[in-house]
Amino acid sequence: MHISHNPWVWVAAILTLAIFSFLYKDNPFFKMAEHIFVGVATGYGFVYTWNNGIYPNLLKPIFVDHQWLFIIPLILGLMYLSVVVPKFAYFIRWPFAFLLGVGSGLSVPLAFRASLVEQIKYTILPNPHGMSAILFINALLILIGVVTVVLYFYFSTPHEGVMKPLTKTGIVFLMVGFGASFGYTIMARFSLLVGRFEFLLGNWLGILPWLK
Amino acid sequence: MKDFFIKLASLNRTVIYLIITIGVLLPLVVPLNLGQKMSPPTEHLYTFIDTLPKGSHILISADYDPSTLPELQPMLEAIIKHAILRGVIPMVMSLYPQGTGLGIQACEKAKETLGARPDTDYVILGYKPGFSAVILGIGEDIKKIFPTNYSGIPLDSIPAARGVKNYNNIALVISLSGSSTPLAWVTYAYTKYNQKLATGVTAVSAADFYPYLQTGQFIGALMGMKGAAEYEYQVNKLLEKRGYEKAKSVFAVRGMEANSIAHFLIMLFIIIGNLGYFLTKKRREA
Repeated sequence: MHISHNPWVWVAAILTLAIFSFLYKDNPFFKMAEHIFVGVATGYGFVYTWNNGIYPNLLKPIFVDHQWLFIIPLILGLMYLSVVVPKFAYFIRWPFAFLLGVGSGLSVPLAFRASLVEQIKYTILPNPHGMSAILFINALLILIGVVTVVLYFYFSTPHEGVMKPLTKTGIVFLMVGFGASFGYTIMARFSLLVGRFEFLLGNWLGILPWLK
Repeated sequence: MKDFFIKLASLNRTVIYLIITIGVLLPLVVPLNLGQKMSPPTEHLYTFIDTLPKGSHILISADYDPSTLPELQPMLEAIIKHAILRGVIPMVMSLYPQGTGLGIQACEKAKETLGARPDTDYVILGYKPGFSAVILGIGEDIKKIFPTNYSGIPLDSIPAARGVKNYNNIALVISLSGSSTPLAWVTYAYTKYNQKLATGVTAVSAADFYPYLQTGQFIGALMGMKGAAEYEYQVNKLLEKRGYEKAKSVFAVRGMEANSIAHFLIMLFIIIGNLGYFLTKKRREA
């Protein structure tokens, strides 16, 4: 057992235990750790964004390189802060409009192609990884799954007659999907717990010889 | 017997916490050595990097923060080690402020254990804010987005970054993320520049990314700690073969063993809970 001599490991370990104390009930130690986390994350994010974004991409071009065109994004950026003065709060609509316009123009055609066209294409076309018996069955399952789930969400016709077995099949696919998501969620949550245990037992208390 | 299951189903949650805690701790202290078989998404990514020509560049974007470290950090470390062993140059960047520190940590480990040299065997580019602008900008000229590396050295004077202008010179982009950031890479890098992509995601979002594997928009993927463990295990075998025993890491492999026990316990609790529910219902109806 080699307990860590690094004071920062101790700080992290104490804060971890403070967060875990919530399992018992809400308490001042949990609150303290929660507030420290929010404060540190915000401060860290601000300094990083200042050094890597605001200064090199905005302030330096204006004040060092004298590229005056950059004053326009500076003014648009400052308009975001107008919400603090209710009288001028409507100025925030300008940068929002700009951002929404540019953002939509950039992303809508590409996102449409990436998330819709390609998905539809490969629901019908052969798998890009090749085609074996297993992949063929997979492709067939995907095709049946997509069609029946889409039909399940088609509410313009009552789910009766031919529609009934198809939409029922759609529900089965949905349930399998939810089950897979839930299973993965359990794995994710346990992974976080395992990660903390590895830190507490390994990095802090030093009782996991395999952890370097 | 019926009474036993009914009682078991109404077990106090503190007892369940305790059983789970022991179940998770035990495999960490006493390793089970279960081994890891690569699943197809992991294998595709491993094989792709393994067969890249020496001197190729891969861009790894550490798009996560410490909250998802247990799942994503082992992926980053294993991929960096794998690339360096194969003579492929990993360029590490981040779209998240906290991702830079984690990227540096992973590169430092490769430096300590493999003797990798910064700016020769790997490059740390650092963080840039703005998702779409950064991803699109790299497609035009990476030097416009990252004029210098993380330490402020101009990219032009870094031997490992020489010849990299845009996606045309990058064999693969890997986005490691605990959110939907890999989809931004699909939207802007794959769709606009036809850039080959792979991803490593947390298990929570894994199910959302399978459709993008099916279409080939991702050539491979690491799904949660399972994917991390599979890749780590495979890289460990390579490290052993090359005589780098000390560079082996079993963070995810051991974590997955603990996960396996926890999963087994959860399944047991679900079965007991359901049995108890139906038996209680039956008794009430009788």
